[in-house]
Amino acid sequence: MYDFTYLKPSTLPEAVSLLSSDTEAKALAGGMTFIPVLKQRLARPTKLVDLAGLGLSGISVAGGKVRIAAMTTHMTVADSPDVQKAIPALAKLAGGIGDKEVRHRGTIGGSLANNDPSACYPSAVLALGATILTNKRIIAADDYFQGMFATALEPDELITAVEFPVPEKAAYMKFPNPASRYAIVGVFVAKFPTGARVAVTGAGQSGVFRHAAMEEALGKSFSPEAVGNVPTDAENLNSDIHASAEYRAHLIGVMARRAVAAAG
Amino acid sequence: MPQVTLTVNGKSETVDVEGRTLLVELLREKLGLTGTHVGCDTSQCGACVVHVNGMSVKSCTMLALQTEGAAVTTIEGLAKPDGTLHPMQEMFREHHALQCGFCTPGMVMSAVDLVQSHPEGLTEQQIRHGLEGNLCRCTGYHNIVKAIAAAWPLMHGKAMPEAAE
Repeated sequence: MYDFTYLKPSTLPEAVSLLSSDTEAKALAGGMTFIPVLKQRLARPTKLVDLAGLGLSGISVAGGKVRIAAMTTHMTVADSPDVQKAIPALAKLAGGIGDKEVRHRGTIGGSLANNDPSACYPSAVLALGATILTNKRIIAADDYFQGMFATALEPDELITAVEFPVPEKAAYMKFPNPASRYAIVGVFVAKFPTGARVAVTGAGQSGVFRHAAMEEALGKSFSPEAVGNVPTDAENLNSDIHASAEYRAHLIGVMARRAVAAAG
Repeated sequence: MPQVTLTVNGKSETVDVEGRTLLVELLREKLGLTGTHVGCDTSQCGACVVHVNGMSVKSCTMLALQTEGAAVTTIEGLAKPDGTLHPMQEMFREHHALQCGFCTPGMVMSAVDLVQSHPEGLTEQQIRHGLEGNLCRCTGYHNIVKAIAAAWPLMHGKAMPEAAE
């Protein structure tokens, strides 16, 4: 790891100012992805701005929405009775990320800012039509994810919280990589009065994506049978040592069917 | 050079570190606490697990400076000063939950956190899920799971609740 200056500001404006005054400075959330990136010398920031002192942690439920502050850890979300009651699928997703040591440190804001194409949280944010709150603006999930490791965030823009609307039903099913627990394929399904939303992570060459054909099928009938046979084109899916694009296309159908069954 | 002040196994320490110094490097190289191991160095194997403010974390994936003001417990801090083993260590010995011993410090620290954070009891499945972040290449986990289940009543001072089984 190359050396850097470690800074831990205590206010959000201070953190933003540190990041905007130095284009080579980087924000540090839980560090569960970023510290390994630094260890591999894939990044060489001048400064690391630790966001742990900004008070950006906590969960609240009000007005049909679950609001999770950016630095809230996966373990806190998984163990939260409020989340378990309002959106059990979201608590379950958080409880399945990495392992418990990773869940003790990793944060929702860090996961979303990184937008790893195999991360779990992006699928929940997209399928639930959540809103990303930053120090500058409010970003809809449909506008936020812009490809593998790419988001709508500007360099000095920090996520402060995520707001999830409470669905009628939802579930997440993932086929995990047995070593990393990242999703080889993960499918999040959600049913709202206005229709169904389906988001797929782990499979797409451009990261998380919505599955329009499955959403249409589930809009007509929210049942495992309705979605299991909806085909997925393998053309834009990932092929790697873990799974071919064709296998991932098949897994999307299987995970979607299981997710709808689990949603009840 | 930056400094970090933290408590390690109950003792206050102030140490010169670089920004890039990892917690595990602070423990092993600066404080000589070599019970915490580095296995994969990629936050998968769990040999480096320690407690920071009571929570199990992978010390190869945390910066030393992130522990400013924190209370860190390592494997060296579990046994009593007179050498009496922690119940988890005792049960690892009793149930032969180790062979080469390389993963053991991380396993024990992870297991202690798992038992402490589940006062309602633990099923075998929960124990196995709780050990996802710890890899062992010798014993195959069965005896480790047995040891953790056996340590639960000793750590909580009562029988494991039936409902958790």
